[in-house]
Amino acid sequence: MIPEHLVDLSRLQCAATALYHFLFVPLTLGMVWLLLIMESVYVMTGKVVWKDMTRFWGKLFGINFALGVTTGITLEFQFGTNWAYYSHYVGDIFGAPLAIEGLMAFFLESTFIGLFFFGWDRLSRTKHLLVTMLMAVGTNLSALWILIANGWMQNPVGAEFNYQTMRMEMTDFWAIVFNPDAQAKFVHTVSAGYVTGAMFVLSISSWYLLKGRDLEFARRSFRVAAAFGLASVLSVIVLGDESGYTVGEAQQTKLAAIEAMWETQPAPASFTVVAWPNQAESRNDWSVEIPWVMGLIGTRSVTKRIPGIAEIKAKNRERIVDGIAAVTALEALRKHRGEGEADARKAFEAHKADLGFGLLLKKYVVDVRQATPAMIDLAVDDTIPRVMPMFWSFRLMVGLGFTMLALFVLAFWSTLKVACVQKPWLLKWALWMLPVPWISCELGWFVAEYGRQPWTIYGVLPTHLSVSTLSVESLYGSLAGFVGFYTLLLVVEVYLMVKFARQGPGSLGTGRYQGEPALA
Amino acid sequence: MLDYATLKVIWWLLVGVLLVGFAIMDGHDMGVGTLLPFVGRSDVERRVVINTVGPHWDGNQVWFITAGGAIFAAWPVVYATAFSGFYWAMMAVLWALFFRPVGFDYRSKIHNATWRSSWDWGLFVGGAVPPLIFGVAFGNLLQGVPFQFDQYLVSSYTGTFWQLLNPFALLAGVVSSAMITMHGGTYLALRTEGAIQRRAVKGALVAAAVMVPAFLAAGLWLRIGGIQGFVITSAIEPGALADPLAKTVARDALGWWLNYQRQPLLWLLPALGAVAPLLAMGLLAARRTGLAFVASSLAIAGVIGTAGAAMFPFVMPSSSMPNASLTVWDSTSSHLTLGLMFWATVIFMPLIIFYTGWAYRVMRGKVTVARIQADEHGAY
Repeated sequence: MIPEHLVDLSRLQCAATALYHFLFVPLTLGMVWLLLIMESVYVMTGKVVWKDMTRFWGKLFGINFALGVTTGITLEFQFGTNWAYYSHYVGDIFGAPLAIEGLMAFFLESTFIGLFFFGWDRLSRTKHLLVTMLMAVGTNLSALWILIANGWMQNPVGAEFNYQTMRMEMTDFWAIVFNPDAQAKFVHTVSAGYVTGAMFVLSISSWYLLKGRDLEFARRSFRVAAAFGLASVLSVIVLGDESGYTVGEAQQTKLAAIEAMWETQPAPASFTVVAWPNQAESRNDWSVEIPWVMGLIGTRSVTKRIPGIAEIKAKNRERIVDGIAAVTALEALRKHRGEGEADARKAFEAHKADLGFGLLLKKYVVDVRQATPAMIDLAVDDTIPRVMPMFWSFRLMVGLGFTMLALFVLAFWSTLKVACVQKPWLLKWALWMLPVPWISCELGWFVAEYGRQPWTIYGVLPTHLSVSTLSVESLYGSLAGFVGFYTLLLVVEVYLMVKFARQGPGSLGTGRYQGEPALA
Repeated sequence: MLDYATLKVIWWLLVGVLLVGFAIMDGHDMGVGTLLPFVGRSDVERRVVINTVGPHWDGNQVWFITAGGAIFAAWPVVYATAFSGFYWAMMAVLWALFFRPVGFDYRSKIHNATWRSSWDWGLFVGGAVPPLIFGVAFGNLLQGVPFQFDQYLVSSYTGTFWQLLNPFALLAGVVSSAMITMHGGTYLALRTEGAIQRRAVKGALVAAAVMVPAFLAAGLWLRIGGIQGFVITSAIEPGALADPLAKTVARDALGWWLNYQRQPLLWLLPALGAVAPLLAMGLLAARRTGLAFVASSLAIAGVIGTAGAAMFPFVMPSSSMPNASLTVWDSTSSHLTLGLMFWATVIFMPLIIFYTGWAYRVMRGKVTVARIQADEHGAY
């Protein structure tokens, strides 16, 4: 059997590398559009300040992008290095969007980012604008394909298990592309990136305004960021609600854990605002609830029920027991290739919908037929992620989302006034809000992926079977290497970011701004 | 829709095209990284060297990412078995590559000699280590890799990292390193002038002079040095479902030479691998740098093609459980996925080549000291 420790370390490394990567991705996703907006205004009006804005914010964007690329390389290969069985088992489906991402999007983004930085003097204004646009399109298409792959992990549609090849195989590509989970996740995630980009520009512009420097530059930047941020944050919240809705369809378990719904309530369910979940006793020690609201959000109806954790567990228990028959039949099919296949195949076809649930028992016993009731209990408990971290991460994320909404509303409103002078308290608030979108993004991924446990592919492949057969020592070594290396690079990145943000547009060396650097 | 067997062969060719594309495109900027500390003697010279690939390295690196993704999609079990088996080799490649994006972008952002020279060595590591390891990996593939499968097709690798560093594999590493260095030097010769160009030409000439004998020695070693190839001994059904445990495989001293015996035209590949570098040397000496770059690219195609043609239909033979060897016939994804990915490649690959070509056209011309000094804040 696979050592538990190896599974935990593999998960930790995957989580660490993915969360590091997502420190850089959302800013890229948002900044490309802000750069496109700024450059479009430059091309339309010919005012050079807009070109300087594009170049200066582009410089900061570049510092961030370098680490996005660095940390992204790992993720393309980590499925193979650390999740070998996963890669074999679902590569037929999961590999396709990753490869298409490379072909359709990442090439586009990476080729044109080079021209974005180096092509200013070699391209006409409109051609450079086209370059910026293709870079933005590439970046966002890239997110689309990655989230299609990720959405399939949450809601594996358009695929079927093949016992002869011992893996999942694609049956319907378009079902995978138009997977409602993937689509909702895409819009929610990229919008969160747009908010991050907007907050970045808003906060740093606020600092210039507070210092009273480069006012023409800072005011315009502030205005663009406020408008773009307001639209984006509204989109995050509305589309986040949409992904809440699809979670309700495909992944009721996640929803029940996020909402700490231990028992099924009569429809429409009430919404638990805050609570102290107690996993051991399957109840909340205390809670504050608003009647009806959860049912309305989760099902868009007043009559549909949302299953609670107890009900989900009862259903999962049946599926695990049925899964034992599926695993047994599969093993017979694998052992006697050809002989007595008809019977085993019939048995397998009858139970294969629950194969994944049967595999959950492999964590406790090699031969699932030997599973004791106690083991089945453990496997049933495993099907529910820990409620406390889910419940609170989600609430913190949503709370921060509404705080950002409030800021962007006020910031946008302040730009509508004729005088357009922002109050210092608003500027200070905007400055201190700088880290908030990053915290929300990371919390969002935590909820989405921790909430998927104990599965890598929901209902299909348990996490503990997905790992590579590596030594625990190797994992300690690589985990330490990644965390050490990334942290070092992050320190360098933040140092450069702060240095150039403080220097401001003067760092372009155009002679039009304060804080021009001395020439070397 | 194309039939399954045809698609399997097409995908073997496409993976080959992606690897050759990666070696030509990302290879030239890795070669530039390898030569950087030696060709650039002053800060501004190093900036010249870096800026020859400045606008392009990122797009070029996507060949690597896409090759990884394409192997995942087309040969999932190869992706799983190779990358987990070669775990520490992959970590070394990834960590070396980490130096590149940050090295390129951050190096010239601060005026400090230590800072800049640290990143220069980072770019050297990012350029020199990956080709060396890829060569070593190919050297191991040719000898077979110790891995097996259980009934669930869970793969386990029973070798160690140090075993990968055996003499033949290291020789293959030398071939690969020298080839990429030659290629980088040739590209630098094309994009620079004066002293930098002179040193780049010298670097490329030395590298090519190492590469050709090393390549021939590796071939001789395979032939007479006791490295056995692999052959499938059961009937092959090219259109069958992909099940890597359904065949039998034996080791055979001439295993890697059978394809060349059956199809003598294939000898053109090793011939290209041996002659094209010599051609590149001559062209470099005559400062016909554009043609030299073409010759150097052909050399890369020849060398990678030589190894591929020797091993076909094997992709990753197993030394400890030969029947579990991964081949073109039994390691692919399903018919539907192969077909889909084929069309995706047919549509997007020409577009990629088109706009990459355009990007190089926009940035064409020699990178000079004057050009760097004129763009002090914009250039890398």
